[in-house]
Amino acid sequence: METILGLDYPTLWYLVVGLLFSGYAILEGFDYGAGAWHLFLRKDLSRRIAINAIGPLWDANQVWLIIGGGALFAGFPVMYATMLSSMYVPFMLFLMLLVLRSSAIKFRSAEKMLWWRKTWDIIYFISNTLIAFLLGVVLANILQGFELHENFSYKGGIFFSFLSPYSVMVGFTTLSVFMTQGAIFLLLKTEGRLHTRLTFLLKRGMVLFLISFAVTSTYTLTFLPGVINKFKETPIFFILPVLAFLAVANVPRLVSKKKYAHALVFSSLTMAFLLMLVAFQLYPVLIPSTVDPKYSVTIYNAASSQKSLGIMLTIVLIGAPLLAGYFLFLYKTFHGKVKLDDTSY
Amino acid sequence: MDVEILARIQFAFTIAFHYIYPPLSIGLGLIMVIMEGLYLKTGKKAYEVLTRFWLKIFAVTFGIGVATGIIMEFEFGTNWAVYSRYVGDIFGSALAAEGLFAFGLESAFLGVLIFGWNRVSPKVHFISTIGVFLGSMFSAVWIVVANSWQQTPAGYHIVGEGFNARAEVTDFWAMVFNPSSVDRIIHVWQGAFLAGAFLVLSVHAYYLLKGRYVEISKKAFKIALGVATIVSFSQLISGHSSADGVAVNQPAKLAAMEGHYQASAPADLYLFGWVNNDTQEVSGVSIPGGLSFLVDQDFEAPITGLNAFPEEDRPGQVNAVFQFYHIMVSIGLFLIALTLYASFLWWKGKLFDKKWLLKIFAFSVLLPQIANQVGWFAAEMGRQPWIVYGHLRTDEGFSQEVSSNQILFSLILFLVVYTILFLLFIYTVNKKIKHGPYDEAKNPNEFLKYV
Repeated sequence: METILGLDYPTLWYLVVGLLFSGYAILEGFDYGAGAWHLFLRKDLSRRIAINAIGPLWDANQVWLIIGGGALFAGFPVMYATMLSSMYVPFMLFLMLLVLRSSAIKFRSAEKMLWWRKTWDIIYFISNTLIAFLLGVVLANILQGFELHENFSYKGGIFFSFLSPYSVMVGFTTLSVFMTQGAIFLLLKTEGRLHTRLTFLLKRGMVLFLISFAVTSTYTLTFLPGVINKFKETPIFFILPVLAFLAVANVPRLVSKKKYAHALVFSSLTMAFLLMLVAFQLYPVLIPSTVDPKYSVTIYNAASSQKSLGIMLTIVLIGAPLLAGYFLFLYKTFHGKVKLDDTSY
Repeated sequence: MDVEILARIQFAFTIAFHYIYPPLSIGLGLIMVIMEGLYLKTGKKAYEVLTRFWLKIFAVTFGIGVATGIIMEFEFGTNWAVYSRYVGDIFGSALAAEGLFAFGLESAFLGVLIFGWNRVSPKVHFISTIGVFLGSMFSAVWIVVANSWQQTPAGYHIVGEGFNARAEVTDFWAMVFNPSSVDRIIHVWQGAFLAGAFLVLSVHAYYLLKGRYVEISKKAFKIALGVATIVSFSQLISGHSSADGVAVNQPAKLAAMEGHYQASAPADLYLFGWVNNDTQEVSGVSIPGGLSFLVDQDFEAPITGLNAFPEEDRPGQVNAVFQFYHIMVSIGLFLIALTLYASFLWWKGKLFDKKWLLKIFAFSVLLPQIANQVGWFAAEMGRQPWIVYGHLRTDEGFSQEVSSNQILFSLILFLVVYTILFLLFIYTVNKKIKHGPYDEAKNPNEFLKYV
């Protein structure tokens, strides 16, 4: 098997996919998170400002989901197919909510009628909240494993089985992480009374986050088999939970000092470290089988051919700097507080 | 109903709905690039007003295109898991390329395009417009490459057997430039240009008929008519080239398009007709040997008919393929005649004299849309029973672990949400059109200093 820097192609692609989904979580994290605060903002103008804070950015942020999904399909077609067809209902709900969320952003400010805007506000709030929650639920299901038999055939429940106490817990944690991220982002984008209101909301959000984070971590360490063993095998990776913990602790500190830009960085780092932790725990498995480990989806039995992975790594090497350039340009253009004008939503 | 049929209905519904929007975005993108380019070149306010107006409609169209497109990306996995495992190695690189090269470009510049008027210089804004337009063009490239590979696979080999069989790339460029890619990309692009150009023609014909925004509408109409005339005509060429490819690579599809059954005989070209699959007869008006002539420049040349293929390898819905194909061709020919005549009047300086012509243009917006839809229907139904031509059958490709109840659940959700979305789209666009490019009640000179 060919390698680069001692890493084989499937492992490299695993890192690429991980990077893409981390980018997605961080960027759409503040988009969904901001949306999950929507009904907590009382005035119509505040809600408009909140939507326009993500206005020019959310479409670009969503690209990370599109590229991430493409990268999964491309590099690990078996993982892509098995995950989506086994988790049919949550993913269909997720997709439908994405459509509703986009519609709410596009159509909310198209009319002045109060009932129109209130309806879209509710749709927007619910879709953002549930999207964040469902992402956590799916993550938890992957961590717990699917009922996979020979040839990756899924024989588990099909409608509500994806909701277990653990997955609900991870769902809430994800929501609270996103809400923290979203509130910090909105603080960077707003001023005046809305800003004051958001500082208050962010404090609530952080409390919620710290509690759910602590509960979920404890539960994971206690009940998920093999978590501790994995660290015993490669103790160096014990640095990940330590870093995650430090990043988590740093967020409230920076918020209290009103250093919101720094707080956003550390809140993003929290997500990145937590996802790295998940990636480390699973590697080289992608979806554990609860029936027999030999039926698990791994980066090796799920991967595309060497040739294909090689082509795609080349595409990433060319494309990633371009993408970084576009994003720098975009974020630079829309740096600073929201100012509503005739082009706003 | 069984899982396969439901999965096919859901896919057909979601992709057909999705395909209303991206062609409009591509076509409007081109028109906006021209309008904004003219604004930068001439400095005339009229072109800025036009660009800003069409940008508003573009934004709504693009938004729905993205939202419904994400669903397509994941629907391969949810409903066509076996197929996804089979083609992942091939599709993967095309999809990855699309995401990074096309989609990133498109979406990042979209923000600047829509919200950046007051934040960047006119030149940078123009570059953003071009960026979004090019991004949407590239997007079409990679998607059509992937679909064309399903029609005419190339640059691959099959590895494994039974459940574990899959196609793997052996030659990336042969896969990208498979025999039908280039023709179909051009055909799809041009279909998109027509969709956009005819929307612009339609809206400004409506304004001209109502006597509103007359000056700028004349300008916009001419831009769109120029595009529509050239593209309608060149669409005939790419269409012909595409059909030539089908004759070589997918003879069963070509035979279905013309309802040609005899295994090896000269084939007629129908203007319209009705295919009876049981009696294997077509009733309608035809040019005898016409298809033979188009393919081989010889009215007597034999063309492979449907009977040359075993029953189970023929498209199931011959009449549907025939009808869809003929509707597309008829619309294409009509658009050529319409645009050529209008261009002739333009040359004579009488373009806006005939009210009935403007009325036709006002309604013509639907025609390229219909042609785009039925063209895809013909292409996809003509490929049946294969999901990957010659290798994987559609009835082998769907997700085995998904039940019909699950698909019914999602299908109903799609029907409800998409119906609402479509109504909202029509309502919003209609409102923007009624409202117009600027407020007439105010002094128009404020907006159009050149008047």
